[in-house]
Amino acid sequence: MGSHLLTICYLIGSITFIIGLKMLSNPASARKGNLLAAFGMGIAILGTIFLYTSETGEHLGNYHWIFGGLLLGGVVGTLAAKKVKMTAMPEMVSMFNGMGGACAALISVVEFNHLSKEIEEGIVNGGDVQPTVLIIVLGLIIGSVSFAGSMIAWGKLNGKVKDLSFTGQNILNLLVLAITLAAGAYLVYDPTQHLLLYAILGLSLIYGVFFVMPIGGADMPVVISLLNSFTGVAAACGGFLYDNKVMLTGGILVGAAGTLLTILMCKAMNRSLANVLIGSFGGNKSGGPAGDKDQGHYKEISLSDAAMVMSYANKVMIVPGYGLAVAQAQHVCHELEKILEEKGVEVKYAIHPVAGRMPGHMNVLLAEADVPYEKLLEMEQANDEFKNCDVVLILGANDVVNPAAKNDATSPIYGMPILEVEFAKTVIVNKRSMKPGYAGIENDLFFQPKTSMLFGDAKKVLQDICAEVKSV
Amino acid sequence: MENILNFISANKEIIYIVILMIFVGIEVIGRVPSVLHTPLMSGANAIHGVVVIGAIIIMGKAESDNYLALILGFLAVVLGTLNVVGGFVVTDRMLEMFKKKKG
Repeated sequence: MGSHLLTICYLIGSITFIIGLKMLSNPASARKGNLLAAFGMGIAILGTIFLYTSETGEHLGNYHWIFGGLLLGGVVGTLAAKKVKMTAMPEMVSMFNGMGGACAALISVVEFNHLSKEIEEGIVNGGDVQPTVLIIVLGLIIGSVSFAGSMIAWGKLNGKVKDLSFTGQNILNLLVLAITLAAGAYLVYDPTQHLLLYAILGLSLIYGVFFVMPIGGADMPVVISLLNSFTGVAAACGGFLYDNKVMLTGGILVGAAGTLLTILMCKAMNRSLANVLIGSFGGNKSGGPAGDKDQGHYKEISLSDAAMVMSYANKVMIVPGYGLAVAQAQHVCHELEKILEEKGVEVKYAIHPVAGRMPGHMNVLLAEADVPYEKLLEMEQANDEFKNCDVVLILGANDVVNPAAKNDATSPIYGMPILEVEFAKTVIVNKRSMKPGYAGIENDLFFQPKTSMLFGDAKKVLQDICAEVKSV
Repeated sequence: MENILNFISANKEIIYIVILMIFVGIEVIGRVPSVLHTPLMSGANAIHGVVVIGAIIIMGKAESDNYLALILGFLAVVLGTLNVVGGFVVTDRMLEMFKKKKG
């Protein structure tokens, strides 16, 4: 009876995962989809705890340990997820992803130890368990790479880990991967070499670090998405191991969806996955293509002039970027929008799909400040509108408005669709300094005659502009 | 080689599931708008936390004198739960903001 119920629990789990994921890909149903998947997960976990029986018909024991672990992980997870700032969400996801990978790797370690004890005691024959060892090794390698990679991605996003690349790095990486796989293959061939397991664990962790290290911080969302699908596959290995259908379906589902999502994210930036993984975009390759070109001069604009120009405009388009997120200026930005609207100025936001550090970052940020949905224009709409705009106010965005993506075939971001702000009458750029953006390349836009720079922290600058506009 | 072949026929059911799930996974998110990329990634991240079930099984089966299994299993349960709970909560927080802007 119990095992039939458990089968039904797992069935519910698998179905909610599929439907949940489907609902997550539509804005109207996304939140319900997430809750549905969480509900299914709860059923599957509780079912496992109370209904699971081993081949010999025994129930699980060690309840205090299990519940202790669930409680600890649950409380810490909830607190971390609730406390995290909006700007730090991508790195939080990376952190959680790493935890999943580590979990899969630990399962492999424990299961292998269990297995090698059985081989030693002669309960099973080394040759017969080769497929099982293969699954264990795969779960170990993929889980560890995902864990180590996610930790590096996490470190990069919060600025603790710097990009590191050197010549021959790709070759070294491939070498480490090859050795890891060879060690894995040998362990499958001869499962009695149990110390090899720890060598594989170590090598996989090193490979995970090496894999993410050279990839630029701007590409981390893509990397996290890829590692996310890795962890999915690692979870599926666990499903194989325990002949557990919900782990299998959940894992493979995420593995497949995650891979597609990774490709879609690359497409949004008009790049290929290979280009992200081995390309130098966002890396610290020195001497950009614009480096030796005479940039000319940029001009600055004073706060009061900026306020004046916007107050007397008919239409203002705001282009938010990472700078806005870092300065947490979304509320004061909304404030400025309201003040301008009271003066009869039409205000819209132009949202580039990859503005900020994650796709959708700006939507989430502005929604937090209660900016109405209709005011956010997607890239294509915005590009049609720029020619009617009197003022474009760029808040901490850089690469997504860089005309080099259209004009300069040698630029690393060439081909990426951008917001064509130069069609507006005036462009005001708020940045903290003239430093290049995340891609590490100069932006010609700043040197165009239409453009004026307004240096300073986005929040501070916007507060001052609000005050100025009010007094106009 | 024979092992592998035996393995395939012994697990053909699982292999079918894997292949079908790959297609389902691709089909299900095929037309996602780019604004939802991050929440979707986060939601998928929470779903692969299902790996915690494996950790629970290890924990529950471990003999009380097998400290390696107990300690690593416990750690795995904690990490897996972090992945599941944190993942779903963070996704919900992201999506909460999407909902607000419609209202």
